[in-house]
Amino acid sequence: MDIEKEKLLGMYRMMVRIRTFEEQLAKDFADGKIPGFLHLSVGQEANPAGMCANLRADDIITTNHRGHGHVIAKGGNQYSLAPLIAEIYGKKTGLNKGKAGSQHLSDLDIGVLVAEGIQGTTLTLAVGAALTAKLKGTGQVAVAFIGDGTLNTGRFHEGMNMASAWKLPLICYVENNLYAESTSIYDSTNLTDLIDRATAFNVSGVSIDGNDVIAVYEAAAEAVARARKGEGVTFIEAKTCRQRGHFEGDPQAYRTREQRDECLKMDPIPRFRTKLIEIGAFTEQEIDIIHQEALTEVAEAVKFALESPDPSPEEVLTDVYA
Amino acid sequence: MREITYLKAINEAVDEEMARDPAVIVMGQDVRKWGAPLGEFKGLFEKYGDRVLDTGISETAMVGAAAGSAATGMRPIVHIMFGEFLGVCMSDIRCALTKTRYMTGGKTKFPATIMTYTGGGRSAAGEHSACPYGVMMATPGLKIVAPATPYDAKGLIKSAIREDNPVQVFYHVGLILSKVISKIPEEEYTVPIGEADIKRKGNDVTVVAIGLMVHRALAAADRLQEKGISIEVVDPRTLAPLDKQTIISSVKKTGKLVIMDEEPKTESASSEIAAIVAEEAFDLLKAPVKRVCAPDTPIPFSPALEKAWMPDEENLIEAVTELMG
Repeated sequence: MDIEKEKLLGMYRMMVRIRTFEEQLAKDFADGKIPGFLHLSVGQEANPAGMCANLRADDIITTNHRGHGHVIAKGGNQYSLAPLIAEIYGKKTGLNKGKAGSQHLSDLDIGVLVAEGIQGTTLTLAVGAALTAKLKGTGQVAVAFIGDGTLNTGRFHEGMNMASAWKLPLICYVENNLYAESTSIYDSTNLTDLIDRATAFNVSGVSIDGNDVIAVYEAAAEAVARARKGEGVTFIEAKTCRQRGHFEGDPQAYRTREQRDECLKMDPIPRFRTKLIEIGAFTEQEIDIIHQEALTEVAEAVKFALESPDPSPEEVLTDVYA
Repeated sequence: MREITYLKAINEAVDEEMARDPAVIVMGQDVRKWGAPLGEFKGLFEKYGDRVLDTGISETAMVGAAAGSAATGMRPIVHIMFGEFLGVCMSDIRCALTKTRYMTGGKTKFPATIMTYTGGGRSAAGEHSACPYGVMMATPGLKIVAPATPYDAKGLIKSAIREDNPVQVFYHVGLILSKVISKIPEEEYTVPIGEADIKRKGNDVTVVAIGLMVHRALAAADRLQEKGISIEVVDPRTLAPLDKQTIISSVKKTGKLVIMDEEPKTESASSEIAAIVAEEAFDLLKAPVKRVCAPDTPIPFSPALEKAWMPDEENLIEAVTELMG
């Protein structure tokens, strides 16, 4: 597949923005500046970047507790990071007025329907969005970003079955980062290939290297084309790796130092950088500028969040009902 | 005016709203060929085709798909068949459907209606008879209606479908099977969510009754009248948000309150109503609040046991008589 230069650079920029954003959050969390929990997707950035590069502005995604990257990627490279960081800081200027936090960032204006912390509703809500698209004939696609652990939920099975039975324009994008919190999917199922789950629902299934943004982009392009043509559901298993713990502060006693080093070797960002330079698309200097710009953008977003007021206590009572 | 049964009331409400708004869809188990097990959606598949969707037995996906389609522009009606089945998809209702609006900071709305059979009296035993009012009332973001008459059922279901928030509609199987009838106007009408209705005026004791219990309270009222006791029967119709004012105004007149609720007493709708009156209108009470509820047990199967379990006219008459003591 020939991918235009602008698109390649856009995906690289996206991965770097997500990484820079989350590395900043890791620091701020360690410094005690962020309330609640923080689940980072460092190492998994190729997945949102490659998938969302194929989506229209009006396509719908749903995500989970590890969703920063999905929101940023759906919003695109022009989408401001400031309201996101402000939300994670719990500020009045936050994307969701300080009522969501890191785990529940959403913005339907850019097609991010929900970020669900209860696994599986990520998928069933995307089924509903895909149903709307089909009934209204809008040509929209819905993408549910779920983790490998969600494959064990009843909601996954009910949602996949329903979407397949109704031939909905849905993509179930599984980021297999090897751990559901501390438990491997291979210890909690009798599967060796997660793609076998697709067979059970008679939907298209593909297993890809989720640390290679080009592989992600190509699989996503096919799945989106299939969905838009009315050919139904695609199940994508993207093998990726979570470089950090389940949550910030997780000592990760459940995996060895060697496993963690393996994970770092698969890092999608240096890998893509090398490729971009190899194919002669970009110079080192051009790429360094992207990193520099991301640092500046994130620093400005943090400044905005720090200068923002806390929500006022009256806000507790608003937004319960429409 | 014309006469209408409870079953016909539900059917007309959904039919009229589907005709009025193409965003209204129906999802559930058995909704196409049967029009739901008691036939309340009969004829809708023939009329509206793909807007009536058989989901199979899949409660969590039904509620998730309802939430997802509601947020993106549809007005789904999802049939979660029996009260206890709500437990299967409880976190889908209590989180995805009803909390998400809050967690979006008010950006997204979820106009979905859940329709559910309730009630005992048919020897359906422990899993197909519950009226889980209280547990659902503890769900911020959810509105709840429990119409007692065909008139209220039609008007409240139409309002529920038009409502921009999730609404749980509870309808008592006993009301459908008993062929209770209402007179309704020829022209279109709705009943607003959040307004109680005084089903019978009286001066001595306020009786707040819900669903089928409204009819048992009305029957008891006639017999109490013979003894010279006049009860006022208040039907909340909507359980969330409760029309506290109508209840408190009635208590202001009578000074005495009995709540009749077909639920085990603990954490029932009656608990909340009693707490509200104690908290906000204690000075108006001339006697302690009484509750006529089911015992804190599962619903038994045998007709003899179930009859003893369900609150009835005799229980209410006894409670009212004691209060008048």
